[in-house]
Amino acid sequence: FNIVFGMARLDELCKLPGHQGIVWNVGWNQEGNILVSCGEDKTIRLWGRNVNSDWVCRSILSDGHQRTIRSVSFSPCNKLIASASFDGTCCIWDKSTSAEGNQYECTATLEGHENEVKCVAWSASGSFLSTCSRDKSVWIWEVGEDGEFECAAVLNAHSQDVKKVIWHPNQDILASASYDNTVKMYCEEDDDWVCFGTLKSHESTVWSLAFDSTGKLLATCSDDRTVKIWKEYLPGNEFGVATSDNKPTWKCVCTLSGAHPRAIYDISWCHQTGLIATASGDDAIRIFRIDPESDPNAPILEQLITVPRAHEQDVNSVIWNPCIPGVLMLTSCARHLVRHQFRP
Amino acid sequence: MHLQLNRSKLVYRYIDNRCRCDFVYFLVIRFSDGCVVFLRIEMTSKGIENVNPQRFTKKTKREITSEEEDESVEDPIDEREIFDLLRDINDPEHPMSLEELNVVQITNIEVDDKNNSVKVFYTPTIPHCSMATLIGLSIKVCLLRSLPPRFKIEVNISPGSHASEAAVNKQLADKERVSAALENSNLLEVVNQCLVKSLE
Repeated sequence: FNIVFGMARLDELCKLPGHQGIVWNVGWNQEGNILVSCGEDKTIRLWGRNVNSDWVCRSILSDGHQRTIRSVSFSPCNKLIASASFDGTCCIWDKSTSAEGNQYECTATLEGHENEVKCVAWSASGSFLSTCSRDKSVWIWEVGEDGEFECAAVLNAHSQDVKKVIWHPNQDILASASYDNTVKMYCEEDDDWVCFGTLKSHESTVWSLAFDSTGKLLATCSDDRTVKIWKEYLPGNEFGVATSDNKPTWKCVCTLSGAHPRAIYDISWCHQTGLIATASGDDAIRIFRIDPESDPNAPILEQLITVPRAHEQDVNSVIWNPCIPGVLMLTSCARHLVRHQFRP
Repeated sequence: MHLQLNRSKLVYRYIDNRCRCDFVYFLVIRFSDGCVVFLRIEMTSKGIENVNPQRFTKKTKREITSEEEDESVEDPIDEREIFDLLRDINDPEHPMSLEELNVVQITNIEVDDKNNSVKVFYTPTIPHCSMATLIGLSIKVCLLRSLPPRFKIEVNISPGSHASEAAVNKQLADKERVSAALENSNLLEVVNQCLVKSLE
């Protein structure tokens, strides 16, 4: 996948109207052929192609939540969808075995958070689900084979509202981003979940974060209008970065400032191409990559594209298609979604 | 809890670290006999804090020029227009408008119509005003409802006029928390009361 610097383009493919009010989050299924979205109208919508290859709304899941649905995510097996809501709960939707392919029903409601649940994420193995909330806590749920969910940990490491949780692409390591300006990392140790690292450098709310395909780099974006790249340094690393308790240290190796005039609400790191896309409060989408010539311990982010008016309002979320390399990307804002095609 | 308090016999004030700036407030009351009472303030209750605020004179009505009446002339949104939207917002505690309390002033409004930017700096009546977040939220909601959605609305406390300035500004700038707050029907009701135009 070669990118000719300065030649890249981002073309709008289609708009998907349907939601009423703010669309907060979008996600792909693992095959990259079904899209799920959620928002202020308390519904979850599934989108797919019809016989003419047009993207259409295939089904609407409602009645699960009483308030805004902030986050939605497909399980790694594609069978389940998890949704997190301002009503303080997380719903699990199960694909029924009926003839129609896209019928889901709410089979479990995970309760426990004191107030708004901000994000829900499945681990790559599918064994864990994590939720985070304005109540400052991160919860880890163990997914049983019988469809039962059991709370495995309540982590109170953050001092403020937790905005986002994501799992490492191939290990059971969790990262969370918060209104307290920090990112925290968690792993399992002797049957207990512990926080093993606090990533401090942002000067305001960290809205989102994304691992690269190897899980050795992490990108974060913030209300402070910067993007930061963090690198994992294992114990005994050759660069002399200190570690403690035989745990890796995450160090900020790159700060990109000046590219975003307003808050950056989401970031997505394409595991196929290595491209990084950001969603910003200035209505724009931007695409970056790490300059392959730059020092891995001090990488340089180069900006490939800016689409200044990608939406009429704030761009809330951005996500690369997991299968079609670097080609499809989707963002959301008020009332509609827009699907984009990246052309290198 | 419903308390009848005789105001002449007590000293009361808000303590910074108890003011959670989270749309929930704590009031500490010190009675003259040494007794201290902590109260959690519901947003629907009326706890008067700045008992005797200064009343400022109101601006005159905006004069409508012939150019403004001409539909063919482009009429960008300006500071005065924003001020007119905000001046009649009621203070949550006093039967006065934000203009009369000098909380909003035309000189503290910055508008850039071309770049879709509106910035409002408001000045709480006292530096420990626990209603600061609620007033800011009312200003924000008023502008969100009145202006076209292309506008980016920033509402901040005038620099140096409040003890918890940074925390209040950060909360008002967090659109996710503002959205969640406005789904709280009790809070929304209080905000709507602030936004009801008084029948003068």
